[in-house]
Amino acid sequence: MQSADTKNTEIKLVEKPEGYEGAGFFATSLEKVVGMARKNSIWPLPFATSCCGIEFMATMGAHYDLARFGSERLSFSPRQADLLMVMGTIAKKMGPVLRQVYEQMAEPRWVLSVGACACSGGIFDTYSVLQGIDRIIPVDVYVPGCPPRPEQIINGIMKIQHLVETESLRRRDSPEYKAMLNKYGIE
Amino acid sequence: MDKTVQEKILGIIGEKFESEILSIETPYDFLTIDFKRDHIIDLIKYLYDHPVAKFQYLTTLCGIHYPDSKQIAVMYQLHSLVNNWRLRIKIFLPEENAVTPTLTTVFAAANWMERETYDFFGIQFTGHPDLRRILNVEEMIIFPMRKEYPLEDQTREDKEDFMFGR
Repeated sequence: MQSADTKNTEIKLVEKPEGYEGAGFFATSLEKVVGMARKNSIWPLPFATSCCGIEFMATMGAHYDLARFGSERLSFSPRQADLLMVMGTIAKKMGPVLRQVYEQMAEPRWVLSVGACACSGGIFDTYSVLQGIDRIIPVDVYVPGCPPRPEQIINGIMKIQHLVETESLRRRDSPEYKAMLNKYGIE
Repeated sequence: MDKTVQEKILGIIGEKFESEILSIETPYDFLTIDFKRDHIIDLIKYLYDHPVAKFQYLTTLCGIHYPDSKQIAVMYQLHSLVNNWRLRIKIFLPEENAVTPTLTTVFAAANWMERETYDFFGIQFTGHPDLRRILNVEEMIIFPMRKEYPLEDQTREDKEDFMFGR
């Protein structure tokens, strides 16, 4: 029987960023604080279509808990979500729907493509399957696998967290970003 | 399906539609009858209403493309729930002009099945209330299940045909 002090019951808090501290105040850069806050409270939109959606369900379960990364609240409304997780095969008929969901999300928004089918069409090289969602929307992180294990999905989320933390506050207004969106035909 | 059941079904069909039968086969013990295409709806209606046969369940309907003989077949599978008899009926249509009347007057379930057959083979069902594509994108101009169209998406640049056996 394990004794109580060998069990991991210590609550871990996020480390504060570097800054100048004094009695009753703490000065740091806005980007660091905003990055830290956004990184630990990503609200995902699970766009789960097929088998990878089941792996996502396992990831959200208690064993591979995704909620400890701050994603406790899943949103099925794109207006209230930060991260669009596309998990599963996207058919060409589903393409415009996915695009409309992406366009309805508010900035800043990130896209995680989970599984071989969302990344590149997977094993379904056919007339009806979209050969990768990056043909219609910009993708930030790709998670390969068929299906990827929950640990791999969590790794993808951690990479998204790194992107969120280190993103410049002015990125979304920059001309390069707008040019990239124009390439996809998104205003 | 034993011989006596087959003979019973053939007898019921033979009462009125003897001349329409083209051939009879039993692949894997499943009675399959090829018919002339003209009176197919009357035949199925007759089997539906017949007091003994009662083929009142349409299991499926689909198309089959035979490029060698330049024909597209429509296959109907009927099931008599009362007697537990199964029957498959095939009619053959020419490739260039695949037109046949709709079965929705007899079975409402044929509605979506005929839409799927139209979507993939291009068979026109006259009298269908809403004949449009059901599974593919509406703007598609080809009929994918015909043998001349390849399975693979043609817009990929990064797949080498040699590695995939093409």
